[in-house]
Amino acid sequence: MSISREEVVHVARLARLALTEEEIALYGEQLGRILGHADRVTSLDTEGVPPTAQAIALANVFRPDVLNEPAPCLSQREALANGPAVEAGHFRVPRILEDGDPSGEEVAEE
Amino acid sequence: MSDLVTTIGLEIHCELATSTKMFCGCAVGFGGEPNTRVCQVCLGHPGTLPVPNEQAVAYAIKIAVALGCGIAPSSIFHRKNYFYPDMPKNYQISQYDIPLGLKGVLEVTTDAGTRAVGITRVHLEEDTGKSLHMGSGGRIHDATYSLEDFNRAGTPLVEIVTEPDMTSPEEGRAFAQELRSILEYLEVSDVRLEEGSMRFDANISVAPPGERGAKVEVKNLNSLKSLHRALAYEEVRQREVLGGGGAIDQSTRHWDERSGVTRPLRTKEHAFDYRYFPEPDLVPIKPSPEWLEAITSGIPELPPARRRRFIADYGLTPYDANVLVASRAAADYFEDAAAAAAGIEPKQVANWLANDLLGRLSERGEDLETTRVTPQALGALVGLVAGGSISGAQGKVVLDEMMVSGRPPAEIVEEKGLKQVSGRSELKAVVAGVLAANSDVVDRIRGGDAKPQGFLVGQIMKATKGQANPAVVQELLKEMLQG
Amino acid sequence: MSPARPLWTSTATELIALLRSGELSATDLTRSLLDRIEEVEGDVRAFITLTPEVALAKAKAVDDARARGEDPGPIAGVPVAVKDIIATRGVRTTAGSKILHNYVPPYSATVADRLEAAGLPMLGKTNLDEFAMGSSTENSAWVPTHNPWDLDRVPGGSSGGSAAAVAAGEAPWSIGTDTGGSIRQPASLSGVVGLKPTYGLVSRSGLIAFASSLDQAGPFARTVADVALLLGVMAGHDPRDATSLPNPVPDYSAGLAGGVKGLRIGVVSQLMGEGVQSGVRTRIEESIALLTKLGAEVGEVSLPTFDLGIDVYYLIAPAEASANLARFDGVRYGLRVDAEDIVKMNSRTRAEGFGAEVKRRIMLGTYALSAGYYDAYYGKAQKVRTLIIRDFARAYENYDVLLSPTSPTTAFGIGEKTQDPLTMYLSDVCTVPTSLAGATAISIPCGVAPEDGLPVGLQLMGKALDEATILRAAYALEQELGPMPHPLLWGEPS
Repeated sequence: MSISREEVVHVARLARLALTEEEIALYGEQLGRILGHADRVTSLDTEGVPPTAQAIALANVFRPDVLNEPAPCLSQREALANGPAVEAGHFRVPRILEDGDPSGEEVAEE
Repeated sequence: MSDLVTTIGLEIHCELATSTKMFCGCAVGFGGEPNTRVCQVCLGHPGTLPVPNEQAVAYAIKIAVALGCGIAPSSIFHRKNYFYPDMPKNYQISQYDIPLGLKGVLEVTTDAGTRAVGITRVHLEEDTGKSLHMGSGGRIHDATYSLEDFNRAGTPLVEIVTEPDMTSPEEGRAFAQELRSILEYLEVSDVRLEEGSMRFDANISVAPPGERGAKVEVKNLNSLKSLHRALAYEEVRQREVLGGGGAIDQSTRHWDERSGVTRPLRTKEHAFDYRYFPEPDLVPIKPSPEWLEAITSGIPELPPARRRRFIADYGLTPYDANVLVASRAAADYFEDAAAAAAGIEPKQVANWLANDLLGRLSERGEDLETTRVTPQALGALVGLVAGGSISGAQGKVVLDEMMVSGRPPAEIVEEKGLKQVSGRSELKAVVAGVLAANSDVVDRIRGGDAKPQGFLVGQIMKATKGQANPAVVQELLKEMLQG
Repeated sequence: MSPARPLWTSTATELIALLRSGELSATDLTRSLLDRIEEVEGDVRAFITLTPEVALAKAKAVDDARARGEDPGPIAGVPVAVKDIIATRGVRTTAGSKILHNYVPPYSATVADRLEAAGLPMLGKTNLDEFAMGSSTENSAWVPTHNPWDLDRVPGGSSGGSAAAVAAGEAPWSIGTDTGGSIRQPASLSGVVGLKPTYGLVSRSGLIAFASSLDQAGPFARTVADVALLLGVMAGHDPRDATSLPNPVPDYSAGLAGGVKGLRIGVVSQLMGEGVQSGVRTRIEESIALLTKLGAEVGEVSLPTFDLGIDVYYLIAPAEASANLARFDGVRYGLRVDAEDIVKMNSRTRAEGFGAEVKRRIMLGTYALSAGYYDAYYGKAQKVRTLIIRDFARAYENYDVLLSPTSPTTAFGIGEKTQDPLTMYLSDVCTVPTSLAGATAISIPCGVAPEDGLPVGLQLMGKALDEATILRAAYALEQELGPMPHPLLWGEPS
């Protein structure tokens, strides 16, 4: 089992990873082998078995609608302290592509 | 192409008026310096965990119940995965296949009648931050870079999705208005504070009756006005395309508020794969019967019921009832003022409130919460006018003064000497004097020319500094001119 | 205790006695451990960041408190090493990744706060596989950590730095995290004790997430008693973690000596199969005999779904990871590789910032969640997870504790498995079932394999929140086994 180049590129785009051609080929092969090994799981009859998303039985865990104490939040300086690019109290980012388009351009370019 | 049918469904996002954010204790608010209402959680720092705000959950349940939805015995959060720089974790904590509320209904009335609009679902999620697009014009497509402010990130949002049950832009607007009223009544959202606390996405399709049209999604509708404008624009556009023999593609369009048009968004076919999966950092919400009861018992009489009661109990016209009930503040004010004006026709109280007070408040940038005129004072004022103590015109002068000083109307009337003179004997002397001073006019009237009578009334009012009761003056004039 | 024996060979329990009696100051102890680190760290590479100033300041605070006649707490003054995936306010926290090469958290993990409150000086942040993804610590973006028993071998992973630091005498105890075995497997390969707590027992707040439904922080030490002590400090409800259990925390030290008489122990046949190295099998079987001698009722139990654990784990954990790691985008913190638009900036930053194994798991997880594959992979894995939990429940009808090797093999060579991710994944076969069930398990050394002289770890699995029972059984076995051989790196400390 191997994952097609097209699928690898699609997944890399969803995950925002700029993969090299070499990586695309490698991951296609490795993902295929790992998922192939998982055949024992994927081919199992699980009719009527509920999924487990969590191994604990908690419910209704909430916090009261009360402001952080003592300091309300981080100061602007603290908030921005780790920012790779900061301008006028904001995090600066390069040009955002057209609103509503989370896919962007081809990523496998390097 | 009048045989085409328009079909509209809405998706509404509404910010909840909690003190703190959905998953952390940062303040919810508007404006202010960027990145000053943030912490490691709402900035999505590594290792941080969300803990849901109980009040936000209660508000969402309240909304769902008010819209007639069933409440899920166990609902969970999902992660909705997509990259966007204003979304700190690059996934949004939202709800997916098991939302808090399912299957409700809301009736809306327009000139075309009343329609029951199905509510598909009500769910809870978190808001994103805001991007400020820098470069020429501040628009996304010609920006050279953007600045991110995460103050809004994590604000609790309720998403309400309707069935495609609306058939005109007017119904779309009416639904949104009615929903806004309900949210105001529930005191769960500051729906007036700024544009953007309620945001709309709309699905609209136009097709011959019985056929299913291609669904066009219109995004970026940040006010009732844009919602209506965009729907009206899109309805006409689609009708024109179809009328010209063209076809509508299923697509997503962006409303451009400035130019008043919708534009197609460039989206790729496979772009939206949100990879929803259950949020492992959170546990299910299983509202107990006691909690649900406590939340439900906090729901006040809602606009539809209140409107019916205003018509039945106060004798208001449907129009007046609509105007007053649309805002909880106005309706509450009306009821208090009507109680203070006991024995007076409530219709008159409604008129003074809707026509005189609200108009003046909006001119002055005030509202019912900030005004110095109490409902009791307005009721007293209407009582003075209705009882004939002062004229309607005088009442308006008194109202102006009440808005400035907040003093009771009786005190203002007293101080300004505005008391209306209604005594026949007192007025008879004045009328006699005016008639004597204008004998030429009197002769013309007696000669059959009725026109100058208004002049005489004016002279009498002038002589009484406007205090004469106009009805009594008319009566006396009639008697004395005949005599 | 021989006075000539260096301090760094002492257990935490021994050090606590010296500190409390006033024979030893926390400052002197901390200095002596910093000296030991300086001595061996060039060989071991257990730490990413050393924090001598932080440690000495805390040690001084403990000493000052004692000097004022105050009680700084029962275990105060014993230094600790902390895995560099646990956020520490003001101290760089990298998760072993280039993408966080310069990240200084504005807050501390609850676990870190608790260590601080207990008066434990933090010596530094230990090495790990990047974002805890790995079983050898070779996936660290910095350097691989070396096994103190044989410097050409891996210490296990992902908490290899924390395990190696304890094995090498750089710290008497340390903190790791375990998602699919990342405490137990390195404990086994490095010859120390490591415990993976029940999911929800230790707060995850501030633990940089790998797989949120599986991650747990836990203790490493050289004895079961020390592990019990440190677990007691870490455990307990935290309002900052919605999955934190509200249950009261028992005194884990109190019942340690209770023995195993009548304890029903099930040996999982699926985990004693073909892939187990012969010397590992030998030592495990000897330990089983000892436990029987001590009065335990040992039987064999077949849990067929345990064979599927690895596959289930390598679908669920990468899926969760693919979302957890989406936040590393070059916008708010960490590495940024500049580019002309946001998509290119995100994509290049992530390509440059993540190592090969992390990228592989992000790809795998994204694939398993993507449209058209969710039901076949992620959804299916969640259902089989239910079956594994049911197998545990079935086993616990007849047994109190389950037993297996911790790892099928002893420590493998550096570079030996890096070319083949699947082989590397299979080394987690014994540890993932407990992780998927959200239950607890401990690994204790049970001797060295005759063929390579490397330590063998024995795993005791317990029911959720039954740490006390596995600690008691582990303690009994540890006492019966007697003193273990020491790593080569110990030299001959008289």
